[in-house]
Amino acid sequence: MLKVIKNRLEQGYRTSKYPKEPINLYKRFRGLPKVDNDCDGALVQRCADACPQEAIDAVTKQIDLGRCVFCGLCETLSEGKFVCFTQNFEMGTASRDDLFTCGDLPALAEHSKKHFKKLFGRSLQLRQISAGGCNACEADINVLNTPFFDLSRFGIQFVASPRHADGIHVTGPISKNMRQATLSTYEAVPSPKVVIASGACAISGGPFYGSDEIVGDLNSLIPVDLYIPGCPPHPLTTLHALLNYFK
Amino acid sequence: MAELLEIKNNERVQRAAIPHLEFADFRQELLDFAVAGGQVVQLFAYQDSGLLKLLAVLRNDKLYVAGCDAPDTFASLTVESEKFHMFEREIGEQYGLEPKGHPWLKMVRYHANYTGKKDLFGNDYSQDIPGNYPYFTVDGETVHEVAVGPVHAGIIEPGHFRFQCCGERVFHLEIQLGYQHRGVEKLLQSVPFKRLPIIAETIAGDTTIGHSLCQAQAIESLACLKIDEGAGIVRSIALELERIANHVGDLGALSLDAAFNPPAAYFGRIRGDYLNLSQILSGNRFGRGLVRPGGVTKIMGDEQKGLLIDKLTELTPQVEHVNDLIFSAPSVLARFENTGTVNYADAEKLGLVGYAGRACGLAYDARVAFPTEVYAGLPANTNHKTDGDVCSRAMVRREEIIHSTTLINTLLGKTEEAKSYIPEIPKLAPTSFVVSINEGWRGEVSHCILTDTDGKILRYKVKDPSFHNWIGLALALRDEGISDFPICNKSFNLSYCGFDL
Repeated sequence: MLKVIKNRLEQGYRTSKYPKEPINLYKRFRGLPKVDNDCDGALVQRCADACPQEAIDAVTKQIDLGRCVFCGLCETLSEGKFVCFTQNFEMGTASRDDLFTCGDLPALAEHSKKHFKKLFGRSLQLRQISAGGCNACEADINVLNTPFFDLSRFGIQFVASPRHADGIHVTGPISKNMRQATLSTYEAVPSPKVVIASGACAISGGPFYGSDEIVGDLNSLIPVDLYIPGCPPHPLTTLHALLNYFK
Repeated sequence: MAELLEIKNNERVQRAAIPHLEFADFRQELLDFAVAGGQVVQLFAYQDSGLLKLLAVLRNDKLYVAGCDAPDTFASLTVESEKFHMFEREIGEQYGLEPKGHPWLKMVRYHANYTGKKDLFGNDYSQDIPGNYPYFTVDGETVHEVAVGPVHAGIIEPGHFRFQCCGERVFHLEIQLGYQHRGVEKLLQSVPFKRLPIIAETIAGDTTIGHSLCQAQAIESLACLKIDEGAGIVRSIALELERIANHVGDLGALSLDAAFNPPAAYFGRIRGDYLNLSQILSGNRFGRGLVRPGGVTKIMGDEQKGLLIDKLTELTPQVEHVNDLIFSAPSVLARFENTGTVNYADAEKLGLVGYAGRACGLAYDARVAFPTEVYAGLPANTNHKTDGDVCSRAMVRREEIIHSTTLINTLLGKTEEAKSYIPEIPKLAPTSFVVSINEGWRGEVSHCILTDTDGKILRYKVKDPSFHNWIGLALALRDEGISDFPICNKSFNLSYCGFDL
């Protein structure tokens, strides 16, 4: 018993003040990329060719955050002259098109569907579906339940049964072997329901794009309401997206 | 062993130098090796100019390789040694070659084979998983079956578990996976080179460093790239941070499964702190974008070193205090001790690796047996409780946290700095073979690459430690209460995606 109290005192209060107070992530963290539109076309082309995810459009100079895995190669290659990754982790969008960006994203809160705010603003229960990814997305969703993030203080919870859920949160490129289970879980959620695609895999197939063992993007299976980019999305990216879209 | 070629970890070998045996001799060599206490690192089929061949990498205190032509059907090795059971199932599924007499010839990941041969399992792959899958059943009036998954109650990966029970007592647990199969090996053999590191990092997200190290080392060997010691230091630190973060998280979760909540809350948060240390090194909590063939993308300067040292100084005593809280709570120990026991003999027969193996008394640690990077100059760990139960697996992890922290502190004291890294596409040596082995946090991770006459990748074989260890979990459940499943499962914490590829 004494040990419990001693540890409790040592641990103290650890819950973050975000979103009331901003959080600064370490400068090496690769968040929202910022593109320099005046960059030399040849350098842009070189970055586009080298991009393992083929996420860079050399003509429009846009980066597709739905494909990008934030590996930082374009920043290294261009020495920051074409792409610079900022520490801004607020990257969720309400449409797939908005993920094609030069570094500006529309304010998510203004693009959310109003009836979702009314329905789920005070209480949101989500069923998570892991569908063919690498388990990094899942790991960083679980983190939201630790004391630092303490997701449930916002009235948001991940629940066991789809029957108890208001929507599904999907990670992974939907392997063919998870296609039916994903659909069945979706169907088991009562309407009205929300669909969240989280991570490069669920949005575009991620690192596994082109594989014939995957569906590749959730939206081709079920209409997606909220996109959360990243590989995996930082827990704060997810938290920001959930709060702004539903609150 | 006369007919096997001794090799070194990450040694580039001309394929012509690998002994090519008659199948009967190959089979006998492998069986003799396994019976004498050796283990299988890799055993797989590949296609070379229209012909199917087999290749085996074996280990005792050294590494060996040998190959042969693959017969369409062959006498199963598993009948004589269980060490081959998963490898033969995989060969059957991937290439349609039939190990005759295999006692448990079932699908591994549920996909059509690569050769267009007749499917061994009689499956039509337009049908959903699991197709024709003959579940093991137990008959009897008091016997009942519990089926769980693929979608589980928590935020975890998909898999299907079937328990044959009498009341609360589990006779048998069958674990059927494949839901996470996304065609990793096929991709690695067919995509442009630039995509390889990204795919390696996502074979198993929690083993990002383990898998990307294996790939980087294998490519460096094939492309004759030398990396400086500074990069080796950063890579080793990243691997140890990965180990600590996962062990800390799992010990917290184990405590939660024993209904003791405070350590779960503390370790949940502290695990995140270790992930943030990886982020300081690499810019990503899982170490993504750090390890690349040729070195590391980010150098570790005085600033990063300082941040790491400060945070480790703060965290280390906290971790020890929380561990003390867990391991001195009688209610926790009562749940951990004598639960989910796998004995030494079974563990040896199945070739369990990593902490699951060490907790049963199999001391194998790839950092000691086949050291890469800077591990040759670092001290080994020893484990004190090796009874094969949940408690042993938890204790081994606790000891590994302490050991890894010591290693990181030693490495942070070194002054060699990694040179800055230049991204380029290397050229691989033609008709060569390399096998790479590292001790990931779960155990032995291994990548094997064969190149063709043009230096293109002919076969890329990946093995995650979970490939060996899932059967260990099934054994741990024999004769246990079904309510002990969560605690047994967490004590192994195996990878679905690393297994499913």
